[in-house]
Amino acid sequence: MPDFLLINLILLLMVTLTGIAAVRARNLLGATMLMSIYSFLMALVWTNMDSIDVAFTEAAVGAGVSTVLLIGALVHVGSEEKPTKSIHWPAMIATVATAAALLYGTVDMPRFGDAHSPANANPVSVGYIQQDVDKVPDASGHHAQRPRPHGDYFHGHVPNFVTAVIVSYRAYDTMYETTVIFLAGMSMILFLRRRKDAP
Amino acid sequence: MKDQMILRVGMKMMIPFILVYGLYVIFHGDLSPGGGFQGGVVIAAAFILYAMIYGRDEMHKVLPRGLSDALVAIGVLIFAGTGTYGLLAGYRFLDYTPLKPSEPGGAEAWGMSLVEYGVGFTVSMVMVTAYNEITEPAPDERKTS
Repeated sequence: MPDFLLINLILLLMVTLTGIAAVRARNLLGATMLMSIYSFLMALVWTNMDSIDVAFTEAAVGAGVSTVLLIGALVHVGSEEKPTKSIHWPAMIATVATAAALLYGTVDMPRFGDAHSPANANPVSVGYIQQDVDKVPDASGHHAQRPRPHGDYFHGHVPNFVTAVIVSYRAYDTMYETTVIFLAGMSMILFLRRRKDAP
Repeated sequence: MKDQMILRVGMKMMIPFILVYGLYVIFHGDLSPGGGFQGGVVIAAAFILYAMIYGRDEMHKVLPRGLSDALVAIGVLIFAGTGTYGLLAGYRFLDYTPLKPSEPGGAEAWGMSLVEYGVGFTVSMVMVTAYNEITEPAPDERKTS
């Protein structure tokens, strides 16, 4: 068994156990901490799959800020869960059906790291992976930027091609994602902020 | 947590490093993993830690609410402004070439960095706003405390 697979199996087993423990925990502060551990384990899984940018986001947002925000919410609602019915059957059926559909979907997915999978063989991916960024000197110690032919979208970008795809190739997308975050902030200011003149 | 001396002293030493690391992640987003979003969250974490240890009022002295509200909008303006500059200079929207027409690759790097700074401003300040609004004490709690 390759090391990669062994590490992933151990990590995913820990992720599953942490998820079950977070659902079963009666103390909400404990459940919040378990969710934070879950996020850190997921960050390790992403790192193991060489997607460092995703791992970074997971560790910063999933484990860092959302834990703080959940604890902030717990200050208002108290940290003990109200006792509920042990199993809610309609919810159980919906969850199991969704999980089965997702598992069925993974059957069609290409193998991990397959160079010929549609995502990796697409000219856009190939272009960005093989781009000529001109940030390192070539054999003759030459730094100059070669002229970019018209319609060549791949050469002359930055070394981190994840950033290149996000803010250059899909810049329009990212702009509206930023706008969504902006609108979320505005809604919080408008709906949650208490003004001095409010009753 | 205002009375915990270890936390207070430890945080005072850690917060500058967290801030510098967040700025590094934003500024280095085009060269290494990370970018505006991740760096923005790290910067927000520094402010949130400060608010948790020293209290929200102390944090509002450093970063008044008016300033954080304004920076949320300024981040989006930087992003959209970079795009509109390309449009006004005769290129397509969000085409970074006019930032340095003699060297399109350098112009791309400039444009990406500018856009990342915009994302960083918006994300960090929205996270700080979320912390501000969620931890707001309810009116009846405020009277008793």
